[in-house]
Amino acid sequence: MGTVIKINEGIVEDAAQLVPLARWLEWREAGQVPHPGSGVWLEPDDDFDALLPDLDRLTLIAVNFPVFTDGRGYSVARLLRERHGYRRELRAVGDVLRDQLYFMRRCGFDAFALRADQDAELALRAFDDYSVSYQ
Amino acid sequence: MYRYDETDQRLVDERVVRFRDQMRRFLAGELSEDDFRPLRLQNGLYIQRHAPMLRVAIPYGTMSATQLRMLARVAREYDRGYGHFTTRCNIQYNWVRLEDAPEILAELATVQMHAIQTSGNCIRNITTDPFAGVAADEVLDPRPYCEIVRQWSTLSPEYTFLPRKFKIAITGSRNDRAAVSFHDIGARAVRREDGEIGFEVYVGGGLGRTPMVGHRIQSFLPRRELLSYFDAILRVYNRYGRRDKKYKSRVKILVKELGPEAFTTEVEREWEFLRGGEASIDDARFDAMERHFRAPEIPADGESALPRNGEPAFLRWLARNVTAHRLPGLAIVTLSLKQTGNPPGDASAAQMEAAADLADRYSAGEIRVSHEQNLVLPQVRIAELLALWQAAVGHQLATANIGLLTDVVCCPGGDFCSLANARSIPIAEAIQRRFADEAALEDVGPLELNISGCVNACGHHHIGNIGILGVDKNGEEWYQVTLGGSEDAPPAIGRIIGPSFQAADIPEVVEKVVTVYRRQRSEGERFIDTLRRIGADPFKQHLYGGADGHRDQD
Ligand code: HEM
Ligand code: SF4
Repeated sequence: MGTVIKINEGIVEDAAQLVPLARWLEWREAGQVPHPGSGVWLEPDDDFDALLPDLDRLTLIAVNFPVFTDGRGYSVARLLRERHGYRRELRAVGDVLRDQLYFMRRCGFDAFALRADQDAELALRAFDDYSVSYQ
Repeated sequence: MYRYDETDQRLVDERVVRFRDQMRRFLAGELSEDDFRPLRLQNGLYIQRHAPMLRVAIPYGTMSATQLRMLARVAREYDRGYGHFTTRCNIQYNWVRLEDAPEILAELATVQMHAIQTSGNCIRNITTDPFAGVAADEVLDPRPYCEIVRQWSTLSPEYTFLPRKFKIAITGSRNDRAAVSFHDIGARAVRREDGEIGFEVYVGGGLGRTPMVGHRIQSFLPRRELLSYFDAILRVYNRYGRRDKKYKSRVKILVKELGPEAFTTEVEREWEFLRGGEASIDDARFDAMERHFRAPEIPADGESALPRNGEPAFLRWLARNVTAHRLPGLAIVTLSLKQTGNPPGDASAAQMEAAADLADRYSAGEIRVSHEQNLVLPQVRIAELLALWQAAVGHQLATANIGLLTDVVCCPGGDFCSLANARSIPIAEAIQRRFADEAALEDVGPLELNISGCVNACGHHHIGNIGILGVDKNGEEWYQVTLGGSEDAPPAIGRIIGPSFQAADIPEVVEKVVTVYRRQRSEGERFIDTLRRIGADPFKQHLYGGADGHRDQD
């Protein structure tokens, strides 16, 4: 996975294995217990209802942003956090840029795998972009 | 009027800092054009035909004299001395320098203004009735609700990268002057018999390439759930709206593809979880917000009936540009930005300053922008109308044509816009010249004429009683004419009447349409009502019936 920014840990190197939702569900079906370090990779249009029974034992969910202008992942994050009560790591992956981090965080993401060209040190400051908010 | 508190101010100031940094990174080559584009658009900055264009928000079209003076200053200092008021109640500057944009925004922030979300795929500036809070026919003042929605939508974390732009309009009157049926979400305030306030909610209206009248999906949404319900709509749209093709990505297409019932079911399902939650609004919030909009105390002594004697020009102006106020002794005045020869909606810095002075002197320092691209002074004492008129005449702000044919609604078209198929400003001017005779114009009576330079419909041509749309045919400018559009009572989209025309023929075409109307109308009947009664055929007949040599062949 490479460099990931985590809200509580700063910049970390992370090698978590992410598996697509379909694969995860196959494993579950087959009674296989995934490696503890692995997480589910959600595409923004994945119907993640089938995943809900697993939320308590999942330690990592990654939501992909195929392009940064595709905002579906923000809604996915809010749903997972607010409606379904997912508490562990929620990671934004894909086309993740410095200028989106503030919004992503406010929707519930707490980890960010930046696009390769982004400067992680500078990105860390993005969480302070705004000190007030309306919502 | 709404006054910023510390939070509001800080947010706008921090936004300027962010944008300044984004612009710096862009100019330094640290931020690619692609990465920068959505950021600059969300700050109202377009790249246009001649230069960058900056669109500044005038939330729900309300501003103070101080703010208007700042808009004049920006026109003078950073542009070529004028600005363009748009059908979405914003102002656009056509000749700014990219590098100056952060500085302009910093100056605007000093008077509680910004360009946040005036463009881009996010929730845009909220619009309303230009007579909000003062109209005699109003159920309630929609502005406190507009401000609540403005705040909720500003830098919304979830809805900043929607499939496409999203426009919300709110009205407080049965007579819809905000065109709520033609917005992504339209809300009409209603007061139930038991006194409870709520909203009718319309979704999926819009103009552009696929014009549609919105569907009513709620007949009484309690006001405390206004935001939770909007949240539900936006979330359904954000998740399921199409992102594959730009012109299929508006919520109207989603509503159409799912069907209004299925769409509503989706929204209701989402709302189940959201209602009563964090986005619910309590009465204290409404009360606090309403206090901001309480009318200034203007002694309404003196006259309470409009003057009946005076110069004919003054009386004509009274009849056209003055509207009944909810309080006796006061009136609403519309300052026309439709003087022939002036591009519709354009105002020079001097005119803006003059309007600001008039507002200070005669209207408790408040100005509105209408989506018909005029300025409105909402609080004028009847006793001072004459003085106001005399002052406005000198600044070309008193053309007595509000609601008449020369009060043309018009987009910038090919003169400024890089998307245009044809020019629209010269068409507007040619029509205005054709109808220069005031008595004749007056005789034609209320008639909305709207012009757009391309299918995007920024000039609202679909909802003009007469609509004119610029089309391109083998590199030539042609114009398609629609009849029967109306923003209200009932809302309707105009129908194309036949093959398009060349620019030079348009004044004649409009004249012919008007001739048919004058022949067929019954006593006191408005253009739109005659048209609705007799249908479009007599008009077509008169326009195309005889081979007049101007038709194109497809
Ligand atoms: C000059 C720069 C402008 C550009 C590049 C531009 C671009 C567009 C585009 C692409 C659309 C189509 C949106 C869609 O249906 O998906 C549109 C619609 C619209 N624009 Fe503009 N526009 C410009 C100026 C204006 C101006 C000057 C006004 C007001 C006078 C305006 C108000 C509107 C309105 C009311 C619509 C109708 C949208 C709807 O209800 O569906 N725009 N514009
Ligand atoms: S209608 Fe077309 S030409 Fe006119 S401003 Fe909109 S995009 Fe430009």
